[in-house]
Amino acid sequence: MDYLAQQLINGLTLGSIYGLIAIGYTMVYGIIGMINFAHGDVFMVGSFVSLICILLFGITGSTDIVIGIGILMIVAVIAMAISGVYGWTIERLAYRPLRGSFRLAPLITAIGVSIFLQNFVQETQGARVKPLQALFAGGFTLHEGTEFTVRITYMQILIVLLTIALMAGFSLLISRTSLGRAQRACEQDLKMTQLLGIDVDRTISMTFVIGAMLAAVAGLMYLLYYGVIDFFIGFSAGVKAFTAAVLGGIGSLPGAMIGGVLIGLIEVLFAAYFSSEYKDVAAFSMLIIVLIFMPQGLLGRPEIEKV
Amino acid sequence: MTRPLLEIRGVETFYGHNQALHGVDLDVREGEIVTMIGANGAGKSTLMMTICGVNKATRGSIHFDGTPIHLIPPHEIIRLGISLSPEGRRIFPRMTVFENLQLGTAAIGPAHFDEDVQKIFALFPILERRQSQRAGTLSGGEQQMLAIGRALMGRPRLLLLDEPSLGLAPLIARQIFDTLKELNKNRGLTVFLVEQNANHALKLAAKGHVLVNGRITLSGTGEELLTHPDVKAAYLGGGAR
Ligand SMILES: Nc1ncnc2c1ncn2[C@@H]1O[C@H](COP(=O)(O)OP(=O)(O)OP(=O)(O)O)[C@@H](O)[C@H]1O
Ligand SMILES: [Mg+2]
Repeated sequence: MDYLAQQLINGLTLGSIYGLIAIGYTMVYGIIGMINFAHGDVFMVGSFVSLICILLFGITGSTDIVIGIGILMIVAVIAMAISGVYGWTIERLAYRPLRGSFRLAPLITAIGVSIFLQNFVQETQGARVKPLQALFAGGFTLHEGTEFTVRITYMQILIVLLTIALMAGFSLLISRTSLGRAQRACEQDLKMTQLLGIDVDRTISMTFVIGAMLAAVAGLMYLLYYGVIDFFIGFSAGVKAFTAAVLGGIGSLPGAMIGGVLIGLIEVLFAAYFSSEYKDVAAFSMLIIVLIFMPQGLLGRPEIEKV
Repeated sequence: MTRPLLEIRGVETFYGHNQALHGVDLDVREGEIVTMIGANGAGKSTLMMTICGVNKATRGSIHFDGTPIHLIPPHEIIRLGISLSPEGRRIFPRMTVFENLQLGTAAIGPAHFDEDVQKIFALFPILERRQSQRAGTLSGGEQQMLAIGRALMGRPRLLLLDEPSLGLAPLIARQIFDTLKELNKNRGLTVFLVEQNANHALKLAAKGHVLVNGRITLSGTGEELLTHPDVKAAYLGGGAR
């Protein structure tokens, strides 16, 4: 029981990270109907930017936790800004010129961009894994069992709270602001949205920027949680987040969040009870299972109407 | 005479190799209601979409208030002061009625929203009662009112309407035409209207045109067209009787 509770806490933390990445996939799909396969690598770039900033600012395990968290927030903002620029540039250079051409074309450039980003980071940062010493190592003991103690670390609390805050802010953006309304309008009828005087190119650009920003924060969290990153983390995290988006129902924002948590839980539970070597396989098999038996996902519409 | 608000000259529009418009000339003056009638496939919607820049004219020119709009993208055309209530309504079905009306102000900003939304609710009281309902669940007539309301929210200088009476009960259609007449009289709204419901639409209009296979074959005042034998025969269903 205690062991399970611990796994649920860990799964929730991991799922937060996947959920934040999944939003980027699902938003872009909702509006222009393409899978942005470079999104996982934008997450990876966000993670590297975070690492560089943390080292530059000199936060270490012995930094006071309040100051440390304050600086981490600044790191998050910088990572969001830089990743946002990446997201914008990728859309502008690799996808927009191909809008209106055959469906597979942007998919191919997406894979190209993904390979480019991986090689770029590998060349400039080196291929070896980059470690980061653990920050704020403490935590709370929730339950002292006879053979197992349930703990939640400060880092896990930080990750989950930050995710909740970001998702709340993001939901407000989508439901209340004129940009959010324009995004939902684009999703339902792109041509009509133009006919209301909305610059849909700009709306699409902003969608990529916002998705990249959320992925950047996820990149920071991943770095803090695992303490090691390399140029290839975008691939597996990307596929898992994509699975989360499909599981939740691609195009659905709440679906992406729920799917993220579920994939996090599945991965952690599989590792805990079956095999941690094959935990990635669990997530990938999930993708195949969902695609075959439930392609519309949990909250997706059965038929996504496109105009 | 001053320059017309909308000036269409020699417009030709293609879908691939198929030519839908073969040199259309048309003027809409400030404060007028102008009607165009035509059979299915005549090119009426194509003309609307060409004015709005969604379809590009391959030849010819379109000027709005002196600005050549055939060269600029749709959202910029709309921002000059044109609103379209398109064929098939195209309201956003998964947003509320209220949000659809909010989107109507996208081109001009929200400054006059509160004031204008009250005017729309006064015109179409049913929309006020349905304001927090998803637009996709409205009846066809209610959706049509919403589409027109959304177009009016943009405070257009020129309102384009593509078959506003399509699929509506005669009573509702009449109500919508009455509303247009009122807006034109009281607020000087300029309207360019495309219809198959020729009788109502021509009664309303200062000027009318008949479009056949992408060409304007007949023009005149609304009155003249209503009594023209060709129009009677082809569009009013009264020729044989
Ligand atoms: N997207 C398109 N691709 C190819 N051809 C098109 C397209 N849209 C319209 N057409 C063709 O262009 C011609 C004019 O169509 P349009 O929709 O403008 O007619 P309309 O006068 O609005 O007819 P209706 O009264 O039925 O709405 C038709 O022959 C139609 O088949
Ligand atoms: Mg039509």
